[in-house]
Amino acid sequence: MTMRERFYSLAAGALESDPRVAMVLAEIGVAAMPRHPRLYNVGIREQLMIGVAAGLALEGYRPIVHSYTPFVVERPYEQIKLDLGHQDVGAILVSTGASYDASRAGRTHQAPEDVAVLAALPGWTIHAPGHADEVERVFAKALTGDDRVYIRLSEEENHAPVNGDGLVVLREGSDEAPLVVAVGPALGETLAATADLDATVAYLATVRPFPHEALNAALRGTGVVLVEPYLAGTSAAEVSVALADRPHRLLSLGVPNAEFRHYGRPAEHRAAHGLDAAGIRASLERFVGRVPAGRAPVSDTVAKS
Amino acid sequence: MAIATHLGYDDLPELVTALTGDEKHDRSVVSTLDVLWVLYDRVLGRDDRFLLSKGHGPAAYYAVLAAKGLVPVEELAGFGGFDSRLGYHPDRALAPGVEISSGSLGHGLGIAVGVALAGRRTFCLVGDGELDEGSNWEAVQYAGRIGLGRLTVVAVDNHSSTYHWPGGIGARFELEGWSVALADGHDHDALERALTAEHDDRPHVVVAEVLP
Repeated sequence: MTMRERFYSLAAGALESDPRVAMVLAEIGVAAMPRHPRLYNVGIREQLMIGVAAGLALEGYRPIVHSYTPFVVERPYEQIKLDLGHQDVGAILVSTGASYDASRAGRTHQAPEDVAVLAALPGWTIHAPGHADEVERVFAKALTGDDRVYIRLSEEENHAPVNGDGLVVLREGSDEAPLVVAVGPALGETLAATADLDATVAYLATVRPFPHEALNAALRGTGVVLVEPYLAGTSAAEVSVALADRPHRLLSLGVPNAEFRHYGRPAEHRAAHGLDAAGIRASLERFVGRVPAGRAPVSDTVAKS
Repeated sequence: MAIATHLGYDDLPELVTALTGDEKHDRSVVSTLDVLWVLYDRVLGRDDRFLLSKGHGPAAYYAVLAAKGLVPVEELAGFGGFDSRLGYHPDRALAPGVEISSGSLGHGLGIAVGVALAGRRTFCLVGDGELDEGSNWEAVQYAGRIGLGRLTVVAVDNHSSTYHWPGGIGARFELEGWSVALADGHDHDALERALTAEHDDRPHVVVAEVLP
């Protein structure tokens, strides 16, 4: 079962079992959900989708809002800022599509900047789970609160869930080894890229609030590598805050800030962005000094071939 | 059941002057004063919600809230000050009695649809200029099609929309399935009749014309 299928099943269950839960959709997802008196489909009207969720929240409901990433985060961005944030009410926003699941659909259906723009607003808890079991965990927790929560579903998925919240160190390297932080579905490729490298590998699925203290504690050397499956550098400023009082170097991997005019498969996008194992490996080697500066990483070669 | 009266309609000009420090009242204040008074004095019950979507020129709103004992009169003079709870656009986290924070146009009506879906009798005030914002029409269309009878919109029409509404604002709501009433925006009895008119299971709009 994909993350998205798991989410629909969880949302249907929540509507049945919790009278506080309501759901607001704008067509996307309607066909996958059983009918329910508190499931409102507003048609293709995403600004209204957020406004209605805010109104329900003002009256004490716990709204779940869902659509494709650009249509839940970007199209109604001012509604997210004002109808939710400025009214000081909460909702659970659940996107599907991640950065390039819709690779064939082109730029209009992709929003790799979603986490960055939501993180620019105060009060958001942001989850980028890497496995359907992690979706279930963060969703269940979100249902019990009344805060603003974003859950980013992805068709890319790790082969197994990681148990534990916050920064989870999966593998310890030497004292000099870089600390590689893989976010959500980037973990699989990161583990493959670092299999025979001296690296400490940690996993993070909840990127806001950012675990400053845990990052500081996990770093023994000076090199930090972020592998984020969305806009490169989204959490770079958070790393700077975490390590403000110690010298460090930071490499931020992710989807480049560029108009990327290619269709094709998600795996081709992943490779072109340097987020497959070979691309991550090449960037890491350059970062730790094994490859002289100036030599193209594998990802550049792939993109041009 | 109307909210208990504290001060009367005749006290409002003085309260507005306390806010603005000016005896000559701004157009955006004058346009909504009577509608707000009728709502709070004659229409709204304790379980109802009133959402001021058009958060511009809120002096009239604060004056009415003060007259009804929801905002302390002594706070009016601090209007817009650093520590004031009363800003140039209302903030529900600060101002007592304020149901939504507003100022950016075209947000209140969508929220009002959600409040009404939750089961509340809900009133929402918009301006004719505000209706330029497309987000309003997402709400108008949806509320009309699903027959959201708990929702009443007051559209204060002081002809401030640059490109106007040829054929009238009411015609647009009517096309979307709303019940429509027209009223002189300064005539209290007419406003009360329009706001409390029977409108079965359709949402209701009162177009309150206020000549500029």
